[in-house]
Amino acid sequence: MSKPIITVEHLTKSYVLRHQQQERYVALRDVLANKAKSLFKGGTSTQSTKEEFLALNDLSFQINEGDRVGIIGRNGAGKSTLLKVLSRIITPTKGKITIDGRMASLLEVGTGFHPELTGRENIFLNGSILGMSKKEIQAKFDEIVAFSEVERFLDTPVKRYSSGMYVRLAFSVAAHLEPEILIVDEVLAVGDAAFQRKCLGKMRDVAGQGRTVLFVSHNMAAIQNLCNTGLYLKKGQLLASGNSNDIIHEYLKDAAEAHSIDLVDRKERQGNGVLRFTKVFLRDAQGTTVQALQSGSEGSICISFENRSGGALQNFVFSFGIDDEYGNRITFLNNELTNQVFNQVHQKEGEIQIHLPKVSLQGGHYSFTLFSSVQSEIADYIIDAGSFSVEDGDFFETGKIAPSGQGNFYMPHQFELK
Amino acid sequence: MGNHRVVIEPHTTDKNYWKDLWKFRELFYFLAWRDLLVRYKQTAIGVLWSIIRPLLTLSVMAFIGWLFESNIPEGTPRLLLVAAATLPWTFFSTAFSESANSLIANSNLLTKVYFPRMIVPASTIIVCLVDFLISFAILIVLMVVYQYTPSINMLMLPLFLLLALITALGSGLYIAALNVKYRDFRYIVPFIVQFGLYISPIAFSSQDIYQSERIPEIIKWIYSMNPMVAVIDGFRWSILGTNDLYLPGFFISSAISLFLLFFGIYYFRKTEKSFADVI
Repeated sequence: MSKPIITVEHLTKSYVLRHQQQERYVALRDVLANKAKSLFKGGTSTQSTKEEFLALNDLSFQINEGDRVGIIGRNGAGKSTLLKVLSRIITPTKGKITIDGRMASLLEVGTGFHPELTGRENIFLNGSILGMSKKEIQAKFDEIVAFSEVERFLDTPVKRYSSGMYVRLAFSVAAHLEPEILIVDEVLAVGDAAFQRKCLGKMRDVAGQGRTVLFVSHNMAAIQNLCNTGLYLKKGQLLASGNSNDIIHEYLKDAAEAHSIDLVDRKERQGNGVLRFTKVFLRDAQGTTVQALQSGSEGSICISFENRSGGALQNFVFSFGIDDEYGNRITFLNNELTNQVFNQVHQKEGEIQIHLPKVSLQGGHYSFTLFSSVQSEIADYIIDAGSFSVEDGDFFETGKIAPSGQGNFYMPHQFELK
Repeated sequence: MGNHRVVIEPHTTDKNYWKDLWKFRELFYFLAWRDLLVRYKQTAIGVLWSIIRPLLTLSVMAFIGWLFESNIPEGTPRLLLVAAATLPWTFFSTAFSESANSLIANSNLLTKVYFPRMIVPASTIIVCLVDFLISFAILIVLMVVYQYTPSINMLMLPLFLLLALITALGSGLYIAALNVKYRDFRYIVPFIVQFGLYISPIAFSSQDIYQSERIPEIIKWIYSMNPMVAVIDGFRWSILGTNDLYLPGFFISSAISLFLLFFGIYYFRKTEKSFADVI
């Protein structure tokens, strides 16, 4: 069980960033022009604009046979690059990788699907692209079709498929791969919830058969569910490896700290902009700014905003959605529920304070979504705007706290025996 | 499991490359099969296109040859002479231009799956080969119409077809690899094809060049460096059997075809590893 199946030694992948050029490919014209220039200048004309970027920086690790490895990290940490190097799509700049087994990688759902071909034809094409032999595909054909739930449209060109059908068919082919090592990149984030569950189940089956699985995802619940070990990448470096729960914990802790709650420069937001959220922070009972709320204590969540309407904001509705570490919405604070819609907001800059007389969240990291509407039109809406921490506290005033893993909330309760 | 060991290191030439190419032969069939299936989807006349295109080229080229009174060997119908050149030329030009663009057209595959990249341009050429075989009907019909009996030379035709294949593959691989990095070749390719139509012996015959007293020796040498000259002369020689091959020109031209193949493969293999990075 503990035989290493993948050994990675000092793996480095660097890219040269050329600041002159916008395109990823070079035009012959530019090469000729530069060559001509360097003839006169002595050959160093373009050196200064080059910069080396390390997508992967000296990674070394081992993966044992039967391991189910979750690879986590923020966007741009090098997760996909790592998978691409392991799948032999790109070559490393330095280092060595030894792989002892038949490997298949699934970096995208439906690679090579051709819109003009029918579902049946695409099963064969895609299967072959993913590395199945024709015999294997024929043997599993019925199973693939049944899993995909598109039997009726098997002889329809896939360009006429709904996107859901397309994804289901594509995943079904991939799900029936039977390599010794399976590499999967964030492909479960497709399809409807029911199909996603089915896919996760299938992945668990694959993992359960003693195969080695490498899995990249931002969905921590999926990783927790599926993987026994984890690799945490940050800016191309391997920050930690080991038990997947520990790795997830480390990542989430980091993520919570790294999340800037300054929202002024935030680009991913929706709404007409008559109002902009600028900052989110926490206060304790005394009104001092704190890093975390505490279960059982008084505290408040404060949101600064800017009124950009040039006048008064009328009928200002505000919601604060709270998600757990796995991205599931756990509760929702809203000024319509409390009958406190702000009817006239004149000030140019203000602060919404949500008072929590007794914080009932258990200790942990939570992320939040901000929503506002003014006169029934979305004004500013930021999904996953940031995260905050709650320290476990003495909610019941008994000096005892709930063991970890027992949900997100404390609920006031009494026991009685009759 | 031991025979699946893969070692990934930078800058090492893959010893298993050709073995891998063999291992992925099914993918090669499937890609060719895909292109064949897709080729004439949603067209009204479908596979007839692979006959109409060479037929149109044939009529224009025959007309031009007639207009300029290019030489035809005794007893050979002009249409047949031009057809014997048009078919391999059409094969070469489609195979060359489609394989040159094949990597770009399949860039989604290159960045998501591993396989020996050579499969992509090679499978494109197979599709063109099928087109060529279909268009061969034109020649057969013409032979029946003119009641022309092929000579024993016909047995050599597969060899010249192979030469055409080598030429298309060699140049296709080279340009395909260049095209990944320099998109300029997207514009250069149609130009090469257009240019080739006039400098290859399609409307005229190689005899017109070699036996002409007006044309300087140097031009004749340059002329014979066109790899398609050997292919077309070979086709004419084996199908019509009448005009003799001008051997020095033929050998230069075939040597260049072979050189193109080796150089194409060399350059392709050298740059292949960085395709996914730059495409």
